[in-house]
Amino acid sequence: MGPDLINLTIEEAHALLVAGKISSLELTQAALERIRQTDSQVRAYVTVAEEQALEQARQADERLRSGRNVTPLTGIPFGVKDCISTRGIRTTCSSRILENYIPPYDATVIERLAAAGAVLIGKQNMDEFGMGSSCENSAFFATRNPWNLERVPGGSSGGSAAAVAARQGLFALGEDTGGSIRMPAGFCNVVGLKPTYGRVSRYGLIALASSFDCIGPMARTVTDCAAVLQVIAGHDPRDSTTWNEPVPDYTAALKQPVRGLRLGIPKEYFVAGMEAGVEKALQEAMRTLEKLGLTLHEVSLPHTKYALPVYYLILFAEASANLARFDGVRFGYAAPQASDVIDLYLRTRRDGFGKEVKRRIMLGAYTLSAGYYDAYYLKAQRVRTLLRQDFEKAFAQCDALLAPVCPTTAFRLGEKTGDPLSMYLSDIYVVATNPAGVPALSLPCGFSADMPVGMQLIGRHWSEAVLLQIGHAYQQETDWHLRQPPLD
Amino acid sequence: MSQMQYEAVIGLEIHAELITRSKMFCACSADYASAPEPNTLICPVCTGLPGSMPVVNRRAVEQAIMVGLALHCQINPMNVFARKNYYYPDLPKGYQISQYDLPIAVNGWLDVSVDETPVRVRVRRAHLEEDTAKLFHQGQAALVDFNRAGIPLLEIVSEPDMHSVEAVLAYATQIRAILRYLGVNSGDMEKGVLRFEANVSVRPVGSQELRTRTEIKNLNSFRALTRAVAYEIQRQTAIYEAGGEVVQETLGWDDVRGITLSQRGKEEAHDYRYFPEPDLPPLEIDPAWIESLRAQLPELPEARGERFLREYGLKRQDARLLTSEKALADYFEAVVRCAKSKPHEVSNWITGEFLRCVNDFNASIDAISLPPQHLARLIDMVSEGTLNASSAKLVLREIFQSGQSPQAIVEQRNLAQISDEGYLTGIIAQVLDENPDAVASYLAGKETVLQWLMGQIARQTRGKANPQIARHLLLEMLKKRQGEGKED
Repeated sequence: MGPDLINLTIEEAHALLVAGKISSLELTQAALERIRQTDSQVRAYVTVAEEQALEQARQADERLRSGRNVTPLTGIPFGVKDCISTRGIRTTCSSRILENYIPPYDATVIERLAAAGAVLIGKQNMDEFGMGSSCENSAFFATRNPWNLERVPGGSSGGSAAAVAARQGLFALGEDTGGSIRMPAGFCNVVGLKPTYGRVSRYGLIALASSFDCIGPMARTVTDCAAVLQVIAGHDPRDSTTWNEPVPDYTAALKQPVRGLRLGIPKEYFVAGMEAGVEKALQEAMRTLEKLGLTLHEVSLPHTKYALPVYYLILFAEASANLARFDGVRFGYAAPQASDVIDLYLRTRRDGFGKEVKRRIMLGAYTLSAGYYDAYYLKAQRVRTLLRQDFEKAFAQCDALLAPVCPTTAFRLGEKTGDPLSMYLSDIYVVATNPAGVPALSLPCGFSADMPVGMQLIGRHWSEAVLLQIGHAYQQETDWHLRQPPLD
Repeated sequence: MSQMQYEAVIGLEIHAELITRSKMFCACSADYASAPEPNTLICPVCTGLPGSMPVVNRRAVEQAIMVGLALHCQINPMNVFARKNYYYPDLPKGYQISQYDLPIAVNGWLDVSVDETPVRVRVRRAHLEEDTAKLFHQGQAALVDFNRAGIPLLEIVSEPDMHSVEAVLAYATQIRAILRYLGVNSGDMEKGVLRFEANVSVRPVGSQELRTRTEIKNLNSFRALTRAVAYEIQRQTAIYEAGGEVVQETLGWDDVRGITLSQRGKEEAHDYRYFPEPDLPPLEIDPAWIESLRAQLPELPEARGERFLREYGLKRQDARLLTSEKALADYFEAVVRCAKSKPHEVSNWITGEFLRCVNDFNASIDAISLPPQHLARLIDMVSEGTLNASSAKLVLREIFQSGQSPQAIVEQRNLAQISDEGYLTGIIAQVLDENPDAVASYLAGKETVLQWLMGQIARQTRGKANPQIARHLLLEMLKKRQGEGKED
């Protein structure tokens, strides 16, 4: 009997590929077969690009055979959140308005992964345009949590988290605007990294909130996340907000000792309202980390209570402009038989966008209007500076922060869809990092009533290596991340 | 009603396309005028495809700084691009990237001359933005060509410091000259590379109040600009004289009917919901960069005109005309360098017959095929008396087109002036012999006959007789005949 192809990590698969024990074609076919078997239940994929995937796998096998230009991702099958442009493969943002949109170009991250020889198998479901925390706002279908099909996978990168948890591909690219990688990672027992803003190119990422959006890896181990980040990180001349500094060797950094690192515990994040099982898992994680030689320190992020309003005000504003281009003129859905251009705009956008998207566009246009700009947008930008300073002050006392990902485990489908505010509140621990631009890693740290619990490591700007290092040390001591969801 | 005197208060916005190789925010060629087909110079960025991102064109920023310096502006060390949000099919992203509260240049001025009186027009700001696509209407359908979308535009906004149509024309003309001197705009009005918007109000002479103004959009020629402003001044004056009130509105100019028409009123005014462009970090302009650009500034029209007065002793009017175009001033100086004639003679030829040729042959000042040394030689031939002025004009028209040397044409056409006294004496004697009546009436005191006799000499010599010498000989010979007559 050969190796259990779908349960391989990138690291393990790479060793087997290089040794010629398995081929990329076999690995890719196994992932595609797994999608066929499980995706009618999980519904993680919007589009499966089988033909392209098999062709890329054959090319990767060529590369592996020749031994030239082989990278740790050569031949590794992966999926991508459907807001990242892929040339020739439709990219929908899980919206009707882009249901049949096929980009003529690849996002920079897709180009880089292709150059590394990774094999793209498909596009993953999400909340429409990233607006949601449960993956229920997809215009097509809701994705289910592989750990319990009655529960949500979290959002908005719910399809990506569910796919990685369900072993439908070895890793995924998610996108995090205000927790959209970390929250579903926590709900689905996978590792998700939101890099520092500017670390990974956004070129080709369909923008939600341009000053928050970060593409990041989702995988089953910290080591695998490091390998993916290595490929996608770095300056891109097509994205002026990327940082023009060399990228450190993340895989090498994993081996650095963690003893003596100072871990801050933000007191505002450990307050009433957290599910008991979640709190218990977090406490246990702290003990494990202490055992590894890290020291714990209480710190304060005093403006935490403003994080949610600041985050949403700026997001609404930026999104209202970012979504203006969906007008039915050049691409995507166009209302048929429009009587004039205004009619085309109104009906295209009325029928093409979902409810939550329209709600946010309206709110955003409102907050930017004459007479309201100062009170909303500008005020939010000022408080954003305070949030950033909170983190800077905390990092004067510690090397990273430990926080929960979500106050609860994955909630039931339909539980919060009628109440947008309570849905927004599920992001309470993950949103502050995006206005501040700092990196954060979400990783499995236990279970509460059979549902996964995630913990979050938040770092200084550009300190992904430190987060990965701590996360890796933790995963050497624990096996939460190795547990498999009860899918047939 | 009493006869109140009114004065106009006019401010101008000038939109100038910059001459760059690539577009403002992408690598597409900016040479849209030479595009073979619509929508051939396009990419994901300038068509606003989802996920595309802008990158600032460095050359456009440099050109904007140079214009700012030429207009005595302060250059903002911190520049912020902003999104100007509105919907129109020629605007691919649903917003235009422009600048709002931190434009590239502020607080400048330009001195212009109105009826020989200097007028200082303050320049409020100059900012960079991107041009829109072009719309073509075909029956019920509208077609969009994105080749022009993303061409860099510099918008130069004056204070309302102009009080007459003449001042507006002088300012606009001078701005165009400066842009052409800097090589940042072709000044080719027919191609729409310069477009004007005028803010007009009128008030009683002596008043300092700023009354309700109207804004006239899309004026694409000096003629349209001056006609529209003149019309609007007269329209508003008539309203006040009739006891009415001017309504704040945006107007269009109907060039065929010669009237302004309301496009939208104050209550329909756009709220552009400006906010900082999150895809572009603030652009910091290093003082050293500004200084290096300042050092590259050419001598500008005003300074050059002053130098022409000083150095060449030209009339102010001629100096201004010659320096209105850099290429013309360069040409003038090149001819002066080659010619033995005085600079004012060169000036007379260039401002006279030479510019007439430019006009008649629809030639471009930038591409004169006549080498300056040929024109210098031609002018010298006249000064030396080897060619008369009327022949010289004919020669100029020929060599202006062919670029040949004047000597070649003079020889070919046998146009060299006849100064040989012996030859001329024979011709004159013949003329006098053939016209005894004319001679008699001259001798009887009718001096106007002299001119008629000169005409006969010119006819006999096909215009080549040196007029000074011929006249001198004619007078001498008439005197002689008078003496002879007395003897009779």
